[in-house]
Amino acid sequence: MYETAIGMEVHLELCTRSKVFCGCSTNYGGAPNSQACPVCLGLPGSLPVLNKRAVEFAIKASLALNCEVAPETKFDRKNYFYPDLVKGYQISQYDKPIGRNGYIEFEVEGVTRRVGIRRVHLEEDTGKSFHDVAAERTYLDFNRSGVPLIEIVTEPDIRSSAEAKSYLEALREIMEYIEVSDCRIEEGSMRCEANISIRPTGSSDYGILNEIKNIGSLRGVQRALEYEIKRQTELVSSGGIVLRQTRRWNESELKTEVMRTKEEAHDYRYFPEPDLVQLVIDNSWLNKCRSEIPELPRARRERYVRELGITPYDAEELVADRALAQYFEGVARLGTEPKLAANWLLSDLRRELNQASLAIEQVKLREAGFSELMVLVSSGAIGSKTAKDILGELVHSGVSPAAYVKEKGLAQLSDTSEIEKFVEQAIADSPKIVADYRVGKERALTALVGVVMKLSRGKAKPELVNDLLTQKLNKGRL
Amino acid sequence: MRLTPEQVQKVAELARLQLSLDERERYAEQLSAVLGYFNMLNSLDTVNVSPTSHALMLKNVLREDQVRPSLSQQQVMSLAPELSGELVAIPRTFEG
Repeated sequence: MYETAIGMEVHLELCTRSKVFCGCSTNYGGAPNSQACPVCLGLPGSLPVLNKRAVEFAIKASLALNCEVAPETKFDRKNYFYPDLVKGYQISQYDKPIGRNGYIEFEVEGVTRRVGIRRVHLEEDTGKSFHDVAAERTYLDFNRSGVPLIEIVTEPDIRSSAEAKSYLEALREIMEYIEVSDCRIEEGSMRCEANISIRPTGSSDYGILNEIKNIGSLRGVQRALEYEIKRQTELVSSGGIVLRQTRRWNESELKTEVMRTKEEAHDYRYFPEPDLVQLVIDNSWLNKCRSEIPELPRARRERYVRELGITPYDAEELVADRALAQYFEGVARLGTEPKLAANWLLSDLRRELNQASLAIEQVKLREAGFSELMVLVSSGAIGSKTAKDILGELVHSGVSPAAYVKEKGLAQLSDTSEIEKFVEQAIADSPKIVADYRVGKERALTALVGVVMKLSRGKAKPELVNDLLTQKLNKGRL
Repeated sequence: MRLTPEQVQKVAELARLQLSLDERERYAEQLSAVLGYFNMLNSLDTVNVSPTSHALMLKNVLREDQVRPSLSQQQVMSLAPELSGELVAIPRTFEG
């Protein structure tokens, strides 16, 4: 039997406004080569100046991954030649990463797993190249050149492809929560590579590593690793030897293949970047960054379940959307019963948002208004059907729910004598349904409740309607 | 320490420099002399000196995260020897 050891390397583009060493915009979608300057094009005589926010994002990412943050650090040049790297070197961090020795915890099939984080370092992105085989040309766009990246490297603690996927989901969730990266794999702001080896179960030495690149989706990560585990296991089981290789995931053929390597020995000749000065991260800066980290998703889910009595499923759903979770907390803080608020937010409000293609931040019905609506429902002032009906209007208009209900005369009827009139009319108007009821068709009662609700324009309190109808119909029978 | 012509050749390859056999010999000699200066530094007692990566006393030179104008696309493109639409074109490289 063999076991698998996987380490992941993830690159995240940080969502700063400007690049890491110059003032060019980091926006997506600009015309090619329109967001570049002498610094990020590596023109002679230009000098990089470090973006403070990029450093703070790297510090926050390190803290959120329980890393030690380096009190003193620096940048290094990683030298290699590739046309999308204009300077002939990438400014990165070699022996003094901003964060090291951290860990991340997440659940896989109900079991908590802890994966060590070896390092978190800050570096610059390269330009983008497109290869045209037929024309024998490579085309370059330098808009991404110099966009800040963090590289997050785990220890080889991951044991299966499912764990690798869960790790990436947990990492993405945290990074989105602390708002340092939007983590979109498909758009390239999150890039994953895996180092994978197999060894006989129980052995303490790691096997020969293979590096898997070019994985463009979470599903791709899982499939590539499954393929590679199978390939290596079959190879070793049949007496073969795993070679140290860099392999690429071929998404269309669903297999990994050996990459053509340009340079055999990776001799990057790192040395301290002389164009940048030392970086000192003192306690006050560290504490400022720490204070800006919100409660992280895992802790928040646990608190919702433990303190607010939300089901684990609803907690998961709420926390998955940070803005929705904040809205929920606002509503709960105003005294609304958390379970009631969670139900309404996750079903009805979310449906309205989807229909209108709105983000929760854009909704005019804010926490106070939503809370007011919940009070109207839980006190019985309006029926839940009425609340659902007016929710769409409230979301767009932002008027006070209480005022709206009053203005439109939507308050629930709980006056027995008034409802009685509707009940009598319904019975008089629907002899066929009444006859059905009398021969024992219980479902006829539901139909009669519907008739009453229609007559009362949805305002009659359904429980009362039900009681009164049963009374009247059974009285006739006696 | 003496550099061999083979070591010079390896460094030259990493730097994408083509050197003739004669040049390898010549640079091996010259670079060995440069390394000799480091040996002189090695003779100093540095037990009480902490390692440094920079000669300047400056630290934390930072800029705020503000966007400043880039070069125009036209200016960027005018720097390239060959173009294809809005992209810079070069002889094809293998991916990877």
